[in-house]
Amino acid sequence: MSNPTDPRQLPGADPHTGNRQVDPVTGYDTTGHDWGGITELNTAFPKIVIWALVLTFLYSVVAWILLPAWPTGRDYTRGLLGLDQGTQAVEGYRKLNDGRKDWLSRFAGDDLAALQSDSDLMATAMPAAARLFADNCAACHGTTGQGGPGFPVLSDGTWLWSGDADEIATTIRHGINADDPDTRFAEMPVFDWLEGAERTALAQFVSDLPNGPADFESPVGTLFIDNCSSCHGDTGDGGLGIGAPSLTDTVAIYGQDAETVMETLLKGRRGVMPAWSGRMSDAEINLLTLYVAHLGQPGGVAQ
Amino acid sequence: MTSTLTVSERHVGLLLSILLALMGFAMAAAARHGVMAVHGFMAVGLGMALAFVLGGALYDPEPSADRLRRYYDAPTRFGIVMTLIWAMIGMGVGVWVAALLYWPEGTPLWPATSFGRLRPVHTTGIIFGFGGNALIATSFHVLQRTSRARLAGSISPWIVLIGFNLFCAWAVTGYLMGSTQSKEYAEAEWYADLWLVVVWVTYFILYIRTLARRAEPHIYVANWYYMAFILVVAMLHIVNNLALPVRWTTAESFPIWSGVQDAMVQWWYGHNAVAFFLTAGFLGMLYYFLPVRSGRPIWSYRLSIVSFWGITFFYIWVGSHHLHYTALPYWAQTLGMTFSVMLLVPSWASAGNAIATLNGAWHKVRDDATLRFMFVAAVFYGLSTFEGSFLAIRPVNSLSHYTDWTVGHVHSGTLGWVAMIVFGAIYTLVPQLNGKTEMASPRAVEWHFWLAVAGTLIYVVSMWNAGITQGLMWRAYDANGALSYSFVQSVEAMAPFYLLRTIGGALFLTGAVVCAWNCRATMRGAAGHATDRPLVAQPAE
Repeated sequence: MSNPTDPRQLPGADPHTGNRQVDPVTGYDTTGHDWGGITELNTAFPKIVIWALVLTFLYSVVAWILLPAWPTGRDYTRGLLGLDQGTQAVEGYRKLNDGRKDWLSRFAGDDLAALQSDSDLMATAMPAAARLFADNCAACHGTTGQGGPGFPVLSDGTWLWSGDADEIATTIRHGINADDPDTRFAEMPVFDWLEGAERTALAQFVSDLPNGPADFESPVGTLFIDNCSSCHGDTGDGGLGIGAPSLTDTVAIYGQDAETVMETLLKGRRGVMPAWSGRMSDAEINLLTLYVAHLGQPGGVAQ
Repeated sequence: MTSTLTVSERHVGLLLSILLALMGFAMAAAARHGVMAVHGFMAVGLGMALAFVLGGALYDPEPSADRLRRYYDAPTRFGIVMTLIWAMIGMGVGVWVAALLYWPEGTPLWPATSFGRLRPVHTTGIIFGFGGNALIATSFHVLQRTSRARLAGSISPWIVLIGFNLFCAWAVTGYLMGSTQSKEYAEAEWYADLWLVVVWVTYFILYIRTLARRAEPHIYVANWYYMAFILVVAMLHIVNNLALPVRWTTAESFPIWSGVQDAMVQWWYGHNAVAFFLTAGFLGMLYYFLPVRSGRPIWSYRLSIVSFWGITFFYIWVGSHHLHYTALPYWAQTLGMTFSVMLLVPSWASAGNAIATLNGAWHKVRDDATLRFMFVAAVFYGLSTFEGSFLAIRPVNSLSHYTDWTVGHVHSGTLGWVAMIVFGAIYTLVPQLNGKTEMASPRAVEWHFWLAVAGTLIYVVSMWNAGITQGLMWRAYDANGALSYSFVQSVEAMAPFYLLRTIGGALFLTGAVVCAWNCRATMRGAAGHATDRPLVAQPAE
């Protein structure tokens, strides 16, 4: 006579009515289960839960009908809206491009001077250039172009490769010591073959250059003329447009104290500026060029 | 530990300890140097320490014959201690890396302390160390009480707990040495993964064997959740960690998955680590400790069944919502999104069931900080599952993805839900297992509660703000079609939120330290044990 589905035979049930203990707080009866004191109420499934379930299922079914959803072997259900995320991404990109085309396309030409003199255009373009600079250049050159150890300052009047706009554009486009066939090349060679005493004296000589007139007739001066002047100039004031810095000011990018110069002589320097022609359009490079040229002028501040 | 084992069990334990030491020695000898060698020596050290402890106790007296008439609570006690130790490690590192995001220049010039190595120490320390130990410890307790039977074995609980903690220690020390599989929440290398499989299978067998001995006609719903946790985590762990070692003697390996399949497998694992490690097991904890502490029946048996099957069925589909707008096909994203939305109702059914269970016990919620921990856990469970389904909707995700909103969402789940229910369970268990009626300092529990709630709210609210700010800044264009903000500006805008997050985390950590101190004070000098008994004695083995 054992029937596990008969409520009258469940533990805790009234053997005549099948009712079980009723919880005084909620008024529901219990399921009759008891796990070391834990009991459960036989509460009916709340209607609101059923409606909520139905609602979320409906949402899903509608989504499956409208959007790509279920795989069918080598294909999938395309959905009534016919959406494709690749197409959508390209469309979105085109739309953004169209929004700035009317002013950005004017930067595609070569006449940078003419662009620079158009103050309306520059007012439109410079905020965009500032974002471009901050997202692509600031990591090395600083958020305001203030440079950093090993990275040139862009916000002063000193230039390794000239501050002329066309030259700046060439540097951005092809980089320095970069992976680009037309890249600029610059290298400070290693002078580890110099005798120790000579190297120490030369380092001291170079670090003293910014302090005033130096004696180029002295033995160490001769050492400088023989080894350094072909790139850094006869008096060490650079300016040859080949990436060799002036040594008579205090803005050499690696520092010009005797210790740093010693390190430079021993190990050489070969800094890299990446080539951006593959990552930015010509218009964007020209835009950045004008921004960087502007940074270098007195009163030109990062926006 | 040793006093609860019979002499013959001590012999078996001694043998296993020596085997562990030998395995570690073989690893170290084969690898000779590097991460694997260090890990080999760690196993040697652990094996030898265990061998000394067990060897030294070989001639101690046998445990009283009465032990089979009691529940086996020593492993649970050990698991709780490990839970608290990992809580302090994991949360401490969490606060430290949160501070590094605010003061990045404070990073020490030492590779082991770089952000990239410390972050997985935080996640593994919390998920596996803190969460895993809490789950194993409470599962042994809940399993025995709701089955009215003693654990089916005296050695296997120790294999599970000690083996699991060796896995955690291997994982965390590996990251510090720069060893990682680069899979989120599955960073540990191949031999650690294999070791975890052995531990996990032992755990599963122990669980099933104990359930088979139950003196109750039905299996309580908490056990279903713990079983889902054990089974599905095994499946996820094995599939996601399939990898070919570069050599049998080094830690490096290549995953067998590649490209977008790898991404899909990884997030199928990653999201279900949230679902079955951080949700299913903890729901088991909630379904046991909430009715026990409140003295109320579970509000609806039917709801608990429907939400169990709803959660186990729907969760396994939703991992692809981590890959919206990626190379993953659109259809897979749609499925992930819709199943995430359908998952909401079963999740809320559990949260609602828990809160409705408190009907008739609200005065206890007011007076008892332990029960309040569980109540807040249920509320945060409801909040974060709603948030999860919401963030999984594709257009919403386009704003939230890659921002700190995700971080806020995860912590509303881990701090507000997972950690709160663990603390509620610990404050219920620790006095009971030590034969006391309450914690050494009930006032400290109260302090802990408010520190935890304040910390969670500060953390979560600051990360919501941070994430939404980031999302809006990244997608803003000016009238000329140019980006309104550079990325650096969006980083600078995070400073106040990151500071607040650090403060919130520090408050939460302080609470955990208070808890550890309080538990230590309660356990210290406690000679008693739990007074409840199984219905029938376990047959001697």
